[in-house]
Amino acid sequence: MGTAPSSTIAVRVLLFASYAERMGLDSLDVRLPAPATVGSVLERVRSLPGGRDLPLRPLCALNLAHASLDQAVSAGDELAVLPPMAGG
Amino acid sequence: MSFLSDAPLELGALVASVQSPERGGVASFVGVVRDHHDGRRVMRLDYLAYGPMAEAECARIVSETEARWPVVVSLRHRVGSLEIGESAIVAVAASAHREAAFEACRYVVEEVKRRVPIWKREYYADGTVAWVDPTQIGRPMPVGSA
Repeated sequence: MGTAPSSTIAVRVLLFASYAERMGLDSLDVRLPAPATVGSVLERVRSLPGGRDLPLRPLCALNLAHASLDQAVSAGDELAVLPPMAGG
Repeated sequence: MSFLSDAPLELGALVASVQSPERGGVASFVGVVRDHHDGRRVMRLDYLAYGPMAEAECARIVSETEARWPVVVSLRHRVGSLEIGESAIVAVAASAHREAAFEACRYVVEEVKRRVPIWKREYYADGTVAWVDPTQIGRPMPVGSA
């Protein structure tokens, strides 16, 4: 990531259930400068209309696995913002 | 393997899938849609899943469980629209003896609740609808009218 500090990456963001309703959409593409983390993608999403209604530190998943906010994100990754789960 | 199902769950089929002559203990758990939540009358509900991740997470839970105990596990979770009394989750663990079967079955259910991305939207008798937030029991968040 040190080779192209000014490059931007695109990340697919998925929203579910109450979060999708608050934002009025269930998916979006976010472009942001590399290097990026789960937290920096979230910050971008929270800057969009309705984004302030998302929690500051929601549960997230990166490429189908639970992820922490400081986890690195790469171009083409799928980041899901997960409301509190209620299965079972 | 598909852990999510939009058709009614069959306990007997899951039990049969893990039974064998050397497994003398089969423990099962069935989670059933109940008619009340947090003091409110529930008429029906929807389960929504982040499908690909829910499948992956269920597979991880089953693998972990079968690595930790000498058991064979079968697991299904319902998605879509459910009526009161329908089965939402069925977990079955079979082992040579009961102790491992009970412990493994309990572990699977608790991990599903904690880790699998599934959400529940309840329809109440007063006409309101809400996504259930287990972290906010006591003040469910209305999201509109049915």
